[in-house]
Amino acid sequence: MRIALLGFGSVGQGIARAILAKDLDIIVTGLADSRSGTIDAGGIDLLAALARKGDGGPCGNPGVSPADVVAKAEYDVLVEVTPTNVETAEPALGHIRAALQRHKHVVTSNKGPIALAYPELRDLAEANGVLLKYEATVCGAIPLIHAMQEGLAGNTISRLYGVFNGTCNYILTRMAAEGLTYEQALAEARELGYAEADPTYDVEGIDAGVKLVILANTILDMHTTLDDVERTGITLLTPDALQLAEDLDCTIRLIGEIIPGAGVLRVSPRIVPKVHPLVVEGTLNAVTVEADLAGDLTFIGKGAGSTETASAVIGDLLYIRDRHVQGS
Amino acid sequence: MKLEMKDQPGQLVAALKPISAVGGNIIAVIHQRETSTATETLDVQIVLELPEGRLPNLLELLRAQGVSVVRIGEERLLYECTLIMIGHLMHTDLSDTVDQIDRTGSAEVTELSLVMPAIDAPSSARITIRSTTRAEMKRAIRILRAVAEQKNLLIIEPLEDA
Repeated sequence: MRIALLGFGSVGQGIARAILAKDLDIIVTGLADSRSGTIDAGGIDLLAALARKGDGGPCGNPGVSPADVVAKAEYDVLVEVTPTNVETAEPALGHIRAALQRHKHVVTSNKGPIALAYPELRDLAEANGVLLKYEATVCGAIPLIHAMQEGLAGNTISRLYGVFNGTCNYILTRMAAEGLTYEQALAEARELGYAEADPTYDVEGIDAGVKLVILANTILDMHTTLDDVERTGITLLTPDALQLAEDLDCTIRLIGEIIPGAGVLRVSPRIVPKVHPLVVEGTLNAVTVEADLAGDLTFIGKGAGSTETASAVIGDLLYIRDRHVQGS
Repeated sequence: MKLEMKDQPGQLVAALKPISAVGGNIIAVIHQRETSTATETLDVQIVLELPEGRLPNLLELLRAQGVSVVRIGEERLLYECTLIMIGHLMHTDLSDTVDQIDRTGSAEVTELSLVMPAIDAPSSARITIRSTTRAEMKRAIRILRAVAEQKNLLIIEPLEDA
């Protein structure tokens, strides 16, 4: 199977390393980062591209743009793993549209296009006889979307809730364990690479909110935007508040919650008993799904990371290959 | 409450029917088959929820069925919910915040633990509310949310309902 890879940061490099390390029968015929691109129908040398990137250089030729790769490379699936833009979803949205119009399948880890334009993209994929997969957009390595679309097909979901943001979970875990202030725990998360220089997207609950929108719109048949999510972050939490929870054998976690029947989409810090399955440590994610036939299911796993997110992307790729790509 | 009734077939059903008729919700029925007195009566204990003000109506219906009520142990505030508040709780008049819940008459703040780390630093409090019904608890939390928004306080609710 031939893929074109847009985005060569943490996730893109994780995918390249997995392709090199494992016999996945995947050839990369197009590759682009924000500054450069390369097209090679015979297969790009990923080891060399990783080495160039490791030296701080571009992955390809500055004269080749991502749009060129989308439009001109020979591939079966476009793998779009560039950073998320939650306001416009661009430039990823345009690239995904262009690939679908070329009758190419698309796999993405980019939350923007799925949260903002899923119905349009789904219809476009259908009209062109191809698939659009986005497992990596929600909770990294946890195959939550596949589980809900395939394994739980036929169930009605009455509620879905959990820990959708590893950065916040790390901060709250450290505040509870060590009595750190929010600022101290955030500084620690930054040092370890768990938090961005500007942590707003994580700590204000925007990231978790976008994930709720994706689940609501693509699986729960709701029609929502980020503005519909009632959202409170963790920036005002105090060590005292965590101690007050601790006194009751509870702790505080940033919980994203969807109740489809009541139209509830909510991200907020909540008091949770410490023995609750959603109280996971560090950067883990955990999601409980309440289904009418299956009962309650809780998924726990790594919500971010280069290899972990690559796992979700590769799962989508092999799903497409096994069902749709001929002659690969 | 504890009911006493005749030891005859159909008596228990006769005692339970009026409860749903007045909009009550039966939580438990404890039926001990030991005659309590020399007379042929049975003791049955029923735990139930009733909308405010329906008790006299229920007692009247039970009496009409020939069921006598021996004892009524009324626990008004059945539901409990504990939340955490963060912000300038004293400067925004904590007693007014509590009062807005208590004023409902069907929900009360029954416990409050307050931590004030330093002057001008936000304080944290754990607040326990008790209410007569689940609906009243939801109403009390709605009130608290509105107060919090107005006073710029952060409210942390429990994951699970009361």
